[in-house]
Amino acid sequence: MTWFRTGRVALGLAAASVVLAGCAGTAGASDRSPEGSTGHTETQTETLTVFAAASLTETFTELADRFEAANPGVTVALSFAGSADLVTQIREGAPADVFAAADLATMAKLSRDRLVDGDPTVFATNTLMIAVPADNPADIASFADLAAPGVDVVVCAPAVPCGAARLALEAAAGVRLAPVSEENAVTDVLGKVTSGQADAGLVYVTDVAAAGDAVLGIPVAEAEQAPNEYPIAVVAGSEHARLGASFARFVTGATGQGVLGAAGFGAR
Amino acid sequence: MTLGVPRWTLAVAAVGALFIVLPIVGMTLRVEWSQFGALVTSEASVAALLLSLRTAAMSTVLCLLFGVPMALALARSRFPGQRLVRAVVLLPLVLPPVVGGIALLSTFGRRGLLGETFEVLGIQIAFSTTAVVLAQTFVALPFLVLSVEATLRASGARFEAVAATLGATPGTVLRRVTLPLVLPGLISGAVLAFARALGEFGATLTFAGSLQGVTRTLPLEIYLQRETDADAAVALALVLVAVALIVMVATHRPRGLS
Repeated sequence: MTWFRTGRVALGLAAASVVLAGCAGTAGASDRSPEGSTGHTETQTETLTVFAAASLTETFTELADRFEAANPGVTVALSFAGSADLVTQIREGAPADVFAAADLATMAKLSRDRLVDGDPTVFATNTLMIAVPADNPADIASFADLAAPGVDVVVCAPAVPCGAARLALEAAAGVRLAPVSEENAVTDVLGKVTSGQADAGLVYVTDVAAAGDAVLGIPVAEAEQAPNEYPIAVVAGSEHARLGASFARFVTGATGQGVLGAAGFGAR
Repeated sequence: MTLGVPRWTLAVAAVGALFIVLPIVGMTLRVEWSQFGALVTSEASVAALLLSLRTAAMSTVLCLLFGVPMALALARSRFPGQRLVRAVVLLPLVLPPVVGGIALLSTFGRRGLLGETFEVLGIQIAFSTTAVVLAQTFVALPFLVLSVEATLRASGARFEAVAATLGATPGTVLRRVTLPLVLPGLISGAVLAFARALGEFGATLTFAGSLQGVTRTLPLEIYLQRETDADAAVALALVLVAVALIVMVATHRPRGLS
């Protein structure tokens, strides 16, 4: 009996998520723009699989909707994860057509393995920023404050793009941090700050913008001098290479730059 | 020798076993043996392994300390809402670990239910090894409770009843009769709890963070290495499999198998 009830609840949840997914799918679709249209006249459906860095979740979801609207019959399937994680997946043969990474070093790994077509194009930049809980419990005002004793700072591990950027920032600012945790993804750093578990974290400007009122962003001058560059490329051997190239142009074009700029990304 | 088992079940069992064994074999084939030694003895790897062993041992002790009385209460006494209590206690078995992490965070986190109390007492749980042990105990405790409770129920209460009629106090009965009786279940439960604690990942990542030597256990180190050095990740994964296997083979015996 309980089994049945659970089953019915599960079904209900599944139905609800389908409805929700449907709603998400229509968001932004009203903003039809001819830009980015591939000019395909056939009514065949084509699915483009885009792998993108976790920090691109909001912007690429919106861009995919707009690209679909501009190209009837085209569906964009999105997969978001840490850039390095996605590189591993593509190396293992994951069916990606387009890859957008959070830094050049990660993209270079795929280029070295000849797993992308041509040279990647930089489509946006992002800058590290200090994020503190809304009430700023440790009274952080500058990058140097993060090194004060008793301040719980959470950062990215050196192995991932946001961690590499963090090390570069430490060197540029001449401040060495003693973080209490080195996370795998920038989203995990943000989570530790929004939950108030950490006094401060180093995340991207766009993460602070996306977190809204939950966190306070404190700019770091040295970070602004050395922004992270986000490259995009078509994956080698893609069956939808033309459509992929068209999506990349869409991202580097006016619509793409508009959406990225609104989210806090810097121009390429 | 197989007595009274239809042959076809063996064939299906073999398929099931292959399903578990093949991925382990597949992973083993990926190991770069020429570099294996160097990869698993790196400073970060050794720190992660030692931290894992230490925290899993502490979690197992906590599981024994709290789990045995819990199993006794569930198996030997009756109280209202007992079925609900059992279901809740076993919840971590079926919860996604990340949910456990969020639950722990909202309780023991700095802004959690009890977090501020601990902070006032000068106990810092956030980002400490204590947080790792809490996360591991949370997910491992049900294994011990389940195992000991099942053994208690299977062994029945008649020996305890006899001991009591002969004048033994409840404390003596527990020490001299009940615990020796459930020792096999206790050991296999403790081993399962240790193995589960060793493999804990999601709750630790969510709740404790990830710092070498403090909170970055072997599973977290594997997850991190995967980002950059797949060979190191596979080598470490094999170490974790080996440790788990050794612990299980050496001590875990299903009840009824002598």
